[in-house]
Amino acid sequence: MLPYILRRLATGLLMLVALSILVFVLLRLAPGDPIDAYVNPNVAMSQAEMAALRARLGFDQPLPVQYLAWLRAAATGDLGFSIQRNGVRVLPLVLERIGPTVLLMAAGLAIAIVLGIAAGILSAVRRNSPTDIGFSVVAFFGISSPAFLTAILGLYLFSVVLRWAPSGGMLTPGAPFSISDLLAHLVLPACLLSIGHAALIMRYMRASLLEVLNQDYVRTARAKGVKEFWVIMKHAVRNALLPVVTLIGSTIGIAVGGAIFIESVFNWPGMGLLLINAVDTRDYPVIMGATLIIGACVIVVNLLTDMAYAAVDPRIQVA
Amino acid sequence: MAGSRKGPTARALGRFANNRVALLGLVAFVLILAAILTYPLWWAYSPNQIDLRALNKGPSASHWFGTDGVGRDVLARLMQGGRISLLVAITSVAVSLVIGFLVGAVSSFSGRVLDGAIMRLVDLAMTLPPVILLLVLASIVGTGIVPTIAVISLLSWPVLSRMVRARLLELRERDFVVAARGMGAGMGHLLFRHGLPNCIDILVVYATLQIANAILLEAGLSFLGLGIAPPEASWGNMLNAARSTSVLEQYVWQWMFPGAALVITLLAINFVGDGLRDAFDPRSDLQ
Repeated sequence: MLPYILRRLATGLLMLVALSILVFVLLRLAPGDPIDAYVNPNVAMSQAEMAALRARLGFDQPLPVQYLAWLRAAATGDLGFSIQRNGVRVLPLVLERIGPTVLLMAAGLAIAIVLGIAAGILSAVRRNSPTDIGFSVVAFFGISSPAFLTAILGLYLFSVVLRWAPSGGMLTPGAPFSISDLLAHLVLPACLLSIGHAALIMRYMRASLLEVLNQDYVRTARAKGVKEFWVIMKHAVRNALLPVVTLIGSTIGIAVGGAIFIESVFNWPGMGLLLINAVDTRDYPVIMGATLIIGACVIVVNLLTDMAYAAVDPRIQVA
Repeated sequence: MAGSRKGPTARALGRFANNRVALLGLVAFVLILAAILTYPLWWAYSPNQIDLRALNKGPSASHWFGTDGVGRDVLARLMQGGRISLLVAITSVAVSLVIGFLVGAVSSFSGRVLDGAIMRLVDLAMTLPPVILLLVLASIVGTGIVPTIAVISLLSWPVLSRMVRARLLELRERDFVVAARGMGAGMGHLLFRHGLPNCIDILVVYATLQIANAILLEAGLSFLGLGIAPPEASWGNMLNAARSTSVLEQYVWQWMFPGAALVITLLAINFVGDGLRDAFDPRSDLQ
């Protein structure tokens, strides 16, 4: 167990380093002068001062040296200034957006897990019944329709036609903060975000449960007279869940992608919206800062799920 | 299986022909393709032709799918958008097929160090959420058809190279490959005479499913205003119009038709791709 964790930690760390190199290289590839990211745009500067600053910041150094300097700054939280918003530092700008995104994704993921697993169990138990076929068709649509399309359609249906939900934002502007207001804004985007994920989880759950239901220990449980409900819930589902857990961990990255579109359509003030606005205005320091933080989060989450998986499944120890 | 004299490819095609859902997808896709390619022959309007007497008009006898805010025919734009979407998708899939196969194959036939380095790179590319990488790359290369193709192809090859490498790692140990190497076969011979024919099934299935994926990525990028820029039509940038409240609420036909076209096309391609995957799976005869 311990060697596995150590090895996994080491690769995670390597991935973080590689990610930072990638972000750095992309930052240098981006059009414009990298020094823009370090200069507070509110302060007027002459050419000579710029040259002096360039030398002080090390932009006259070779790239690997620059990378190390940038990494040292980034590690202490200095990601430079936003070009578009005068003099705002990148890090706080990015950090304040993490909360809303995590809230949206956690809600969406929770809905997706509950729906997906329940639907997967139902379809596997009633294999080839109308329920199963119905769920499969819905799942196929869920996987095939892009997040931005379901977002637009959901927005149109539920807030324009039916008027059940507010049409965007996270809180009613001007109103005092209340949990119910937040929830009212959260429900629709979270449900729409969960669709694709729920469909994926359902398919995996169905396939995995069908496989487990053919195992000898399930037949044994039935033979010794365990009620069918408990055979499914206790003997089969628990074992079928393992591959689904890995799937959930490994698709976090895809969920981040979906969240970006949902945030854009619903004007949800998260990382995705920040990133899209930054891309729109070509605000490279913000783009790279957000990418770095999102990438780091995904790597850490993947690491955690792998470890949770190792803790749950004793067979991993051998590997 | 024992009595069958047909080759594996013929058997796979036979299985595909027996898969009703996959055939339905194929027929739907061919119809869509035909409509998109021939639309100038049977449709009176061109995608950028402006009719100032018909701004934001709903579906009617002369404009079947209505018109948009500057009086352009939605059906004509839909067809032209389909051309662009498919052009972007097919080109980027072709590019990523070449890169993915070469990287995967070279990685599997070369030494441990190079293999390890390449695979860690692939790991990294697969760890980052694809949409994030897409946004970052798009912000660097800008909008337009060629940059969009470049961005999508750059993003899609890692998965394929993984699959190719896994297949060829196994192939590398087979007697005929060992024999070929023993007789002094070079990398080119190994890759194209032994590697390529043995990866054909992977490549075909990947290409089909990846076309759907590429259409999706292009639409997503254009939807965010980063892919195909107006006035050029694409399904994504037609959907982008729905980000304005008035279009979303009052001019429903301007975004619902491109949305429907997108979903139907994706469904059709996914049906075909799933059918091909099942057909090429040798275990499927045993079930």
